[in-house]
Amino acid sequence: MPKTSTPAAPDAPVAARPSAAAAATRLFEDDRFDSRHLGPRPADIAAMLKVLGFSSLDDLVDAIVPADIRLKRPLALPAALTERQALDEMRTLADQNQVFRSYLGLGYSDTITPPVILRNIFENPGWYTAYTPYQAEIAQGRLEALLNFQTVVSDLTGLEVANASLLDEGTAAAEAMHLTEAVTSAPGPHKYFIDQKCHPQTIAVVKTRAEARGLETIEGSAAEFQFTPGVIGALIQYPATDGEVQDWRGFCERAHSAGALVTAATDLLSLVLLEPPGAWGADIAVGNSQRFGVPLGFGGPHAAFFATRDQFKRVLPGRIIGVSKDRAGRPALRMALQTREQHIRREKATSNVCTAQVLLAVIAGMYAVWHGPEGLTRIARRVHHLAGVLAESLRRIGLTIVYENFFDTVLVETDAKTQSRILQAAAERMINLRVISPTRVSVALDETTTPDDVRDLAQVFAGRNTLPFDPMACAAVLPQAIPVGLARKSAFLTHPVFHRHRSETEMLRYLKLLEDRDLSLTSAMIPLGSCTMKLNATSEMIPVTWAELGRIHPFAPKEQTRGYQQLFERLERALAEITGFAAVSLQPNAGSQGEFAGLLVIRGYHAARGQGHRNICLIPQSAHGTNPASAVMAGYQVVVVKTDPKGNIDVEDLRAKAKEHAANLAALMVTYPSTHGVFESSIAEICRIVHENGGQVYMDGANMNAQVGLCRPGDIGADVCHLNLHKTFCIPHGGGGPGMGPIGVASHLAPFLPSHPLVDLGHAQAAGAVSAAPWGSASILPISMMYIMMMGPDGLTEATRVAILNANYIAKRLEGHYGLLYSGNRGLIAHECIIDTRPFKASAGVEVEDIAKRLIDFGFHPPTVSFPVPGTLMVEPTESESKEELDRYCDAMIAIRQEMREIEEGKAVKGNNLLSNSPHTLADVISDAWDRPYSRERAGFPSAATRMHKVWPTVGRIDQAYGDRNLVCTCPPVSAYES
Amino acid sequence: MATIPDDLLYTPDHEYIKKTDDPAVVVVGITDYAQGELGDVVFVNLPKVGQKFAAHAVFGTIEAVKAVSDLYCPVAGEVTEVNAQLDATPDLVNREPYGDGWMVKLKVTTPGDLNSLLAPSAYKAQIGA
Repeated sequence: MPKTSTPAAPDAPVAARPSAAAAATRLFEDDRFDSRHLGPRPADIAAMLKVLGFSSLDDLVDAIVPADIRLKRPLALPAALTERQALDEMRTLADQNQVFRSYLGLGYSDTITPPVILRNIFENPGWYTAYTPYQAEIAQGRLEALLNFQTVVSDLTGLEVANASLLDEGTAAAEAMHLTEAVTSAPGPHKYFIDQKCHPQTIAVVKTRAEARGLETIEGSAAEFQFTPGVIGALIQYPATDGEVQDWRGFCERAHSAGALVTAATDLLSLVLLEPPGAWGADIAVGNSQRFGVPLGFGGPHAAFFATRDQFKRVLPGRIIGVSKDRAGRPALRMALQTREQHIRREKATSNVCTAQVLLAVIAGMYAVWHGPEGLTRIARRVHHLAGVLAESLRRIGLTIVYENFFDTVLVETDAKTQSRILQAAAERMINLRVISPTRVSVALDETTTPDDVRDLAQVFAGRNTLPFDPMACAAVLPQAIPVGLARKSAFLTHPVFHRHRSETEMLRYLKLLEDRDLSLTSAMIPLGSCTMKLNATSEMIPVTWAELGRIHPFAPKEQTRGYQQLFERLERALAEITGFAAVSLQPNAGSQGEFAGLLVIRGYHAARGQGHRNICLIPQSAHGTNPASAVMAGYQVVVVKTDPKGNIDVEDLRAKAKEHAANLAALMVTYPSTHGVFESSIAEICRIVHENGGQVYMDGANMNAQVGLCRPGDIGADVCHLNLHKTFCIPHGGGGPGMGPIGVASHLAPFLPSHPLVDLGHAQAAGAVSAAPWGSASILPISMMYIMMMGPDGLTEATRVAILNANYIAKRLEGHYGLLYSGNRGLIAHECIIDTRPFKASAGVEVEDIAKRLIDFGFHPPTVSFPVPGTLMVEPTESESKEELDRYCDAMIAIRQEMREIEEGKAVKGNNLLSNSPHTLADVISDAWDRPYSRERAGFPSAATRMHKVWPTVGRIDQAYGDRNLVCTCPPVSAYES
Repeated sequence: MATIPDDLLYTPDHEYIKKTDDPAVVVVGITDYAQGELGDVVFVNLPKVGQKFAAHAVFGTIEAVKAVSDLYCPVAGEVTEVNAQLDATPDLVNREPYGDGWMVKLKVTTPGDLNSLLAPSAYKAQIGA
């Protein structure tokens, strides 16, 4: 029998007879957060160290982290705050932001998050702590929510296939350009046209991406543009950034007859009333779904969308949710066509995107479920109506409205003097208007706009506090602002899911139903290697939905965002200290974007020194697939460096390749500790070799959780490093996003950090913008800041030490049951371990997948499957899991080993056993037709813990091939579920 | 155990070459071993009739659920026919790799090139069969 864990000891040793005074003082001590963040209690740590044969955590860490790279002092960060103190501090910062009424537009609109969605999704760890739905059997809830989102996007854009979100509108438009490049048959060199009436931040991001790949962009006026040979596609905005609604049919015809594709950047709410892009000839539609219930958040996180025609589905970027069936023939959802993605295609991938914006896509999809087509139509009509009222009022005042045709944005022409008077009056009423030129101002209305707001706006433009007429009285005589030919004719959201949840009770139960289908951190450990599924503490999450952080437009003037500015400064300083770098950019929205940004920084640096020809990027064989995909996007040529049998970089091969390419060596991308979970002792030498041959070292920070406080990328020799704030720094995974991938750089690279077209970030030689918003997903940065403030320098370091302890404890407990693939000195590992399950294929006919799915029967989320080595499981417990939970997990793994032994010994049937038939649904085990050669009890309740609680998979093993051969990525008809 | 017929020729990249009645035209597909390694094939991207390829050039791609692989032209030649059935039923590659799961017919530029291909015994040795 496996040993059960000893009961936890009290948190702190109690002194024999404390003096009365000391005891009284202790009464006033606040609860320290670090002991809440960590799983094991002090007594557990002692017991675990004993199992490992060490007497202290220090000894363990000394045996694992190479001495020559250790940080020999504590991190220079402020001392830890308690949860209450940190929340007070964050409140003080937030209060320095000013919430103006924002009519800035530019793809970001204020919105009302339906409270039932706010509380039950956005603020609910059952949704936000889930992982990317790779284990579809325990993810049917959010997969359905994402399918709803895809259906919304597909219906509203009028295009057949939509993905489950991208990072922001700017990068989505850039991905559309990459798709266009991937499918063109035109001989090069290629050119790409961008209409000047696209959002400026979108243009900037697209240009950054184009330049990196050596693709020429032409910015101009679409009306005058002539498609010449070599022009492969065009990007336009519908409605335009200045509000105009144009008819693009003629343009699309011209593009298509020249063999070019048209991408429309668009707005979902406007498409409720407007003819969808798919109906007038656009090949791709992209945009931001933020105004479907997701707060502005000073730039994010928001879910961008991407839809295209069926013929391009195999080059669609990002994750697609598709319908398939399970072994029993039940409809089952899962991620489809995964061969498109970077983790399989590596340097041949057309996109490097990985983490997307699942939580926000879920919210946007649910916003449509809640309102339904009638509700959305009412909202869209109201916004449009008020925009019409405003336009008519301003005409009566004597102002010029530039465009007759608009949806929600009114463009006003004045003289410069009048404009400055208008802007001043607006500021006095805490209203933000968008200045397009010295004589043009635009006003973009939104869901929150009321008749009183329109009266206020009219008064601001009129320059007085009373008007000779009531603007709302204009309603009777409004001219048509949407031309008949561009009014939407097709129905949308006809599926029952968008009609069934009008009462809050029904909605609440629908959200709960979906939540209960999924396994999140609220029910069990999610030990995914390389993903760091640690605690996302409640107090870290609380500020995210504060209005002072959430209701700020990304381009609000700096004087209104002083709180945010201070937050960024502090967070940048803390991250710079933790990584040992001189400067940090918070702009990249995910690790993939951090990689791209970091590689561009390196390119900029080489170019500035007259070394622009350097284009070789060395990448170890064992690297995550995103690395080579990012390198190619940044214009590099990938050269693969061998990995030795122990999983380390083959130093001699690296030396040889660095020398061979010395004249053109640009960079090495290296993950540390390695993707195999080992602190390579040669890392300092590896960095030296690259530097000696003229290259820069890019460190992938995916495994930073093993470094914080113990060693720093900057000290080790890296020049750039990205940080996955959604791994090491507690931003929740959200079921597959949001993420944040800021980069830290050494001082010589600081001038090359990303810039932004609308906000001066002070980087003199920047390579351009990599995200639509200047500070990426600003509203989730407080999560990481709270974590750092509450842990303090000692707590952060302790977290790393305990993460290493937990991983080694698991490895030790599984010793003798499973083989461990890689380890460093004395058989020790860093913060994750790779379990070799390949031998069981021959001995028991069991594949790694079978073990992973059987873990679901035990109530666990499986570890990472087949990365970085096929046929293995990579386990990363993080510091937040208690000894009790680790033991429960190890007991499950050991019990599964026993089940395999039964197959090996002929006591269980090969191919029809507990593993091969896993996961077992409730419907399977209570079925009258039970005909398995093992008991229902063993199938469904394989451990004592599962009798208490477990998340049951709602579908059995899914037929992946069926779904990929018959792609369906919108809500299937209800009849599909009848059986 | 993968079937490796004795009347075909092979490449180290796991394509097979079957002779037809026309001495200048061969049928190209992937071996039983290769389809087994790939798993359930979900899509095959094939060239157009008339396209010409050099030996070892990539003439298409094959996608399984969790793997994607390039298809290499065994010898230089011109595509005279592609297997349109694979569009709707890519699993033919799994079920009948040497039959209805074929991929393209190729008019060989230099018939002598066929001599450079692997004999069944050599291919079997390569895959350890």
